[in-house]
Amino acid sequence: MALRWTRVLGAGAAVIAIGVAAAWFVAKPDPLREETWASLGEPDLARGETLFWAGGCTGCHSADGAMGDDVKIMSGGLALTSPFGTFHVPNISPDPQAGIGEWTLAEFGNAMLRGVGRQGEHLYPSFPYTSYARLSPEDVNDLFGYLKTLPASDNVVPPHELGFPYNMRAALGGWKFLYFNDAPRVELASADEKLQRGQFLVEGPGHCGECHTPRNALGGLQTARWLAGGPNPEGEGRIPNITPGSQSVGSWSESDLVDYFQTGFTPDYDSVGGSMVEVQQNLSHLPEEDLQAIAAYLKAVPAVE
Amino acid sequence: MRLTSYAIAAGAACLCLSTALAQEEPQVVRQNLMKEIGRSVGALGAIAKGEKPYDAATVEQALTTISTNSQAFPDQFPAGSETGHETEALPAIWEKPEEFRANAEKLHTEAETLLASMPADQAAVGAAMKQLGAVCSDCHETFRARKQ
Repeated sequence: MALRWTRVLGAGAAVIAIGVAAAWFVAKPDPLREETWASLGEPDLARGETLFWAGGCTGCHSADGAMGDDVKIMSGGLALTSPFGTFHVPNISPDPQAGIGEWTLAEFGNAMLRGVGRQGEHLYPSFPYTSYARLSPEDVNDLFGYLKTLPASDNVVPPHELGFPYNMRAALGGWKFLYFNDAPRVELASADEKLQRGQFLVEGPGHCGECHTPRNALGGLQTARWLAGGPNPEGEGRIPNITPGSQSVGSWSESDLVDYFQTGFTPDYDSVGGSMVEVQQNLSHLPEEDLQAIAAYLKAVPAVE
Repeated sequence: MRLTSYAIAAGAACLCLSTALAQEEPQVVRQNLMKEIGRSVGALGAIAKGEKPYDAATVEQALTTISTNSQAFPDQFPAGSETGHETEALPAIWEKPEEFRANAEKLHTEAETLLASMPADQAAVGAAMKQLGAVCSDCHETFRARKQ
């Protein structure tokens, strides 16, 4: 009898061990191979700058309330409140100690494309690598090159303050397994070059869906309601629906959208408000063709009421 | 009969008075100032988009309204006007009054600078829209309630 119980326990332990190993395997941090970054050559700084503005890096990584050229100082420090706790945005200026001055391209690339930190740890998806994963290694090289040209800041940022169980980074592996991929968010009926560019900008660097798409209780995007808006995860109010089915933005023409991105004025000459202000100010730095591509994409996504 | 007419007259007077009072509420005054600014920006926008031909008088009038109204605007937020009349004013206006004033002053200065150089064609009006828009949104980001 005793023997049988030992066997059962042993078998149970084995099953658990296999389960844990399998869970670890699917959930462990998964950096890209070193070769990915080997022969990318000199970064194209102009392309890098476009990605910098499209990516809205300044929205979180520059000091709160920074104006003018100061927005290019990526000192970090903004506190992002969320249902899971408070995230303190890191310093990504070229400072060797406080910033990412000593990071290699591979380290930066793994953060951007795989959500893996410098110590091989999972990063929280408050950093939208869930969108940035749609960038190519070439894009990452160009962006990294551009970031290095920006002023250094020695601002040291405190660690995140998260409640249990959200403070366990290992648990992020499971979250990533469920919600992290680099597949297109929507299938477009026709995808000419302009639409493809718009899709890349919106779904990738622009990470528009991170706010404009509603989330489930675990913080995963409800992709069936892609860009359909929802409650504001950072506080009061609602994030607007920006699909063609939207009661507000749905009736805007492509040129209305481009004007809005450039000036911040809606078609009835109200001005942009809330967190969209920084986004719009970043977008206003993009070439007009890119803004037209974004507008075309927003008109091509499925209409959600 | 006479009493009834008096009553009607008095009632009508009350109604008029209350309408007049409502119009002078600071919430309403500042909303009207902002609506005029919005209409002026609209006039510039129509030119920038090519919906209307360039017209120097229109541009000058629009910029003058923006300049005048932005100067009067920050004086319309006395204590007690924090709520009511569907105001979109955020508490930040009363918490950071200097910063709020500085923002209004920035719009005034921007409009005056544009008036001094006078945008001379459609493209210049478009550029002016970008400059003005940045000032509008900077202030709205902090001091105006988010749209629902």
